[in-house]
Amino acid sequence: MRTLTASRGSELRPTAAATRPAVQITHLRKTYGPLVAVDDVSLSVAEGEIFGILGPNGAGKTTAVECAVGLREPDAGTVRLLGLDPRADRDEVHEIVGVQLQASAFPAKLRVGEILEEYRSFYRDPADTGELVEALGLAGKRRDYYRSLSGGQRQRLSVALALIGRPRIAVLDEMTTGLDPQARRDAWELIERVRDRGMTVVLVTHFMEEAERLCDRVALIDHGRIVALDTPVGLAAQARGGKTVRFVPSAPFEDRLLTGLPGVTRVEHQGQHVVVTGTGELVNELILALHTVGVTARDVQLDASNLEDAFVRLTRNGTQLHQEKNGEPS
Amino acid sequence: MSLHMLARPRAPRAAFGQIVRNEARLAWRQPAGIIVGIGVSLLLLVIFGSISVFRQPSSKLGGLSAFDIYIPILIAFSIGVLALTYLPGPLVAYREQGVLRRLSTTPVPASWVLAAQFAVQACLMVIAVLLLIGVSVVGYGAITPRNPGGLVLSVALAIAALFAIGLSIAAAARTTGAARGLMALAFYPLMFFSGLYVPMQMLPGVFQDVSHVTPLGAAVVAIGDSMLGQFPPAEPLLVMAAYALGFGYLAKRFFRWE
Repeated sequence: MRTLTASRGSELRPTAAATRPAVQITHLRKTYGPLVAVDDVSLSVAEGEIFGILGPNGAGKTTAVECAVGLREPDAGTVRLLGLDPRADRDEVHEIVGVQLQASAFPAKLRVGEILEEYRSFYRDPADTGELVEALGLAGKRRDYYRSLSGGQRQRLSVALALIGRPRIAVLDEMTTGLDPQARRDAWELIERVRDRGMTVVLVTHFMEEAERLCDRVALIDHGRIVALDTPVGLAAQARGGKTVRFVPSAPFEDRLLTGLPGVTRVEHQGQHVVVTGTGELVNELILALHTVGVTARDVQLDASNLEDAFVRLTRNGTQLHQEKNGEPS
Repeated sequence: MSLHMLARPRAPRAAFGQIVRNEARLAWRQPAGIIVGIGVSLLLLVIFGSISVFRQPSSKLGGLSAFDIYIPILIAFSIGVLALTYLPGPLVAYREQGVLRRLSTTPVPASWVLAAQFAVQACLMVIAVLLLIGVSVVGYGAITPRNPGGLVLSVALAIAALFAIGLSIAAAARTTGAARGLMALAFYPLMFFSGLYVPMQMLPGVFQDVSHVTPLGAAVVAIGDSMLGQFPPAEPLLVMAAYALGFGYLAKRFFRWE
């Protein structure tokens, strides 16, 4: 027994070292006056993982990543990037972390190529500029002034600059906001490629499709707190709690008729549609119940739950919880 | 590899050269600083040189011509206009637009941009000084500066004092608009006391007394004396050094990167 434990322990040690988290955030808290922007956030991102941070506007996503990269000082909690403290070890951290900020600009009268060359010179072992601009569709823009770039092109340049130092961790804050669908897909491919070379990616986004396509795991943040943390598929399943059925009733009826059914968890009205959430043989039960009061259901749709539903459900639950805590009616 | 990297974290030296190159490109592509800081002072020199009255020695001016009097004043003008208007502007704009914030996430300290700005502006100032002296000597037969050592020291101190003031403006101003206001507030009085509008020799003594304790007034005295062959007296040099240190301290204390 003792030998078994010992051998297991020695087996574990190298494994634990190999899976040292790229990002380790523990009980992070940041307030601006009375506003709690980030409230007790803990998460851990493994090396080589693409980790999504999802949440509605103003949820505290940006504040959280700005604390993580050392741009802001947290009020409480710790951040470790490959074991380094982003503020105390800032010099080391700047070498291994590439950042794309939401609001950053470059001098209007510099050319794209000149900005890239400048940032490239900051790093010891930089990436190949040609490959980056090619992947991001900026190859034809190298001689253009920054001020002549469209919003999407500026965004892509910003992504290129975050990756140009070949960082071990890339932190991208709304990387694809403002990009057209094709450019977005190109950016996703690039992220998958750099991850395949071992880069860890922390991605702040509010595009569900992006999170579903790219992320190994997603943290859903609302009101500064993590309300869910799982794989995109896991999150969608968590939120499912059943199916959603939409239909148009032939005549008005009392909600009680449906909320009283054992499998139903929620009844909502959206214009002429009624949306019922629940489990089990939902459609059959609904139709039978409606039949008893002489109502028929038209345009019946059974929605498959996805990450977007998870987002809406979980953040709305968060809102409700939040309001209840503050004594407001939900 | 990674241990080696962690042991010596600091941006490659070549990065500074790249930043200077880009700042120089920006100065060239947004040439207002070059046009005003070098072009306007040269133009004034040529105009004054072309007016024959200006080139006649006058007993009121201690045997010098108005043209001679204006050479150090135009040098002070070039330094003043570059340091007070074309130094703080871009720095405040960089802070406003997030350029400095973005830089602060790279291995390069944001202060390198500041240093690059200094380097580019100082180069423009030296070019302005050389052109003003060169054109006045070659084109209008002005005397060649007789005390080059004193001249170099005076110009260097003037640049240091005016940079410190310009940087304090960049530190105090939150927006480019505010920077422009503060710049005007500093620029016009300083230019007045340098004698740009009326040479101090033609004003009552109290004006000269005030002028001697302003940075550009002190610069004009020190540069003028060096050109006439004396090593400048201690007073104007100390005045400029005091401005450099005092405002340098303020700038360092209050400059915000975000």
